[in-house]
Amino acid sequence: MPQLSCHHLLGIKALTDADIELLMSTSAEFYNVLQRPIKKVPSLRDKTIANLFFENSTRTRLSFELAEKRLSADVINFSASGSSLSKGETLLDTVNNILAMKVDMIVLRHSSPGAGIFLAKHLPRFKHSAQARIINAGDGTHEHPTQALLDAFSLQQSLGPLAGKKVALVGDILHSRVALSNMLLLQKMGVHVELCAPPSLLPKGIEKLGVRISHSLDQTLQRVDAVNMLRIQEERLNVQHFPSAYEYHRLFGLNMERWERLQHKPIILHPGPVNRGVELDGRLADSANSIILDQVQHGVAVRMAVLYLLGQQSTADTGIHFN
Amino acid sequence: MNTASTSEPYAHAEAMRQRIHRLSLMLAEMHQDQSPLVLLGIQPRGVYLAQRLQAAWKSHMPTASLDFGVLDPTFYRDDFNQSKVLIPEATQLSFSLENRRVVLVDDVLFTGRTIRAALDAVHTFGRPEWIKLLVLVERRFARQLPIHPDFYGWSVDAFEGQKVRVHWAEHHGNDAIWIENKS
Repeated sequence: MPQLSCHHLLGIKALTDADIELLMSTSAEFYNVLQRPIKKVPSLRDKTIANLFFENSTRTRLSFELAEKRLSADVINFSASGSSLSKGETLLDTVNNILAMKVDMIVLRHSSPGAGIFLAKHLPRFKHSAQARIINAGDGTHEHPTQALLDAFSLQQSLGPLAGKKVALVGDILHSRVALSNMLLLQKMGVHVELCAPPSLLPKGIEKLGVRISHSLDQTLQRVDAVNMLRIQEERLNVQHFPSAYEYHRLFGLNMERWERLQHKPIILHPGPVNRGVELDGRLADSANSIILDQVQHGVAVRMAVLYLLGQQSTADTGIHFN
Repeated sequence: MNTASTSEPYAHAEAMRQRIHRLSLMLAEMHQDQSPLVLLGIQPRGVYLAQRLQAAWKSHMPTASLDFGVLDPTFYRDDFNQSKVLIPEATQLSFSLENRRVVLVDDVLFTGRTIRAALDAVHTFGRPEWIKLLVLVERRFARQLPIHPDFYGWSVDAFEGQKVRVHWAEHHGNDAIWIENKS
């Protein structure tokens, strides 16, 4: 009987091909459930899930919360503002306290890369926390696995099987956890990945990951089936990486002039929130080629699949039976 | 009294064909033009039976329509966190079940728990006028819930340690019903 090979979803890196296939097929079934008049299933009715958001988020937090509620789990929410963090509590203490309240799964968003990996390493030492499952909802500039999974799912829905397809990630690769997770996942699925960005927004040595590098958006657009326009992460830009938003838009933004020159128009993805007029022209964000809102819809189904597969596993493979 | 055997099939292909034909005639008796029946095959093996019933239906009711769907009750099961991770299969149902007459189809009725989950799953597609249950093999005295079939091909007494398996040509290469001792 198939099941995920990992106990937590900390990043794409640890997923096997079979894991990815299982996540995609389970997501498809949950996507079908979401089209029914009654969108709720009782699968995780005996689970409690804590959403710990140490960093701001709108769509990811709402998407996880909705996914949890659609699975009938009990949900508690935590955000850094107004918490005991300001009193100097450590991350490990905060999480252990929450898990001591009989919480089964943690959805973690944190500004430090590797925050989820740190918890997965240390929690087994604590009796109240050893069985907990952790889902990374974005850790600094490291990974954002559920975003990559929902992007891949959306691409599959639009393009069919992904092996051999060409997908470009455009923009702030340096600060983007979405870019890294996307790159890893799409490559595992047989996609030719191209990165298009100014040299100042590309991490050093990134070409070693086997991706094509481009500094010309016009050339990139002619080659690809889909283009994922990443957001300029102003909150992470502590030095000037490009002269001005206007200049960035002119050189690396997807604008109408550039779009109308294209003979074969790719589909457009964006992980949100969109800076209209910077990386993407608002008219294109709303155009027929844009699947940005489909991504949002698919996100709930994909997160349901992740929670469903890990939530069952948390007791199934430890031999603890409650009924 | 039907007795269990493990050396040869409990029923062969021709007997299965005849019983499925008879079941399809029973369905035909319930047909009303203004409200076509909905045949819902339960994943995985109820789907084969539902497809056979649909084919038999077409042969003797060529002008009467029958709506067909495939239902996977996995998300509604009551045995999460037991011994294994439950992986869903496809549900294919492109229409509402509001006020429809629904026949749930499965190969073997044993404890009744799959049917209970299927009843929950059906209701996420609307409130049917009624739901009936059709199975090829009913295992007597094995129910853990108050669920009983409206139509069945065989009613068998199998011991608790035995397994009733229906083999389908589409999947196993030939049609047969086996009663096996669990290894």
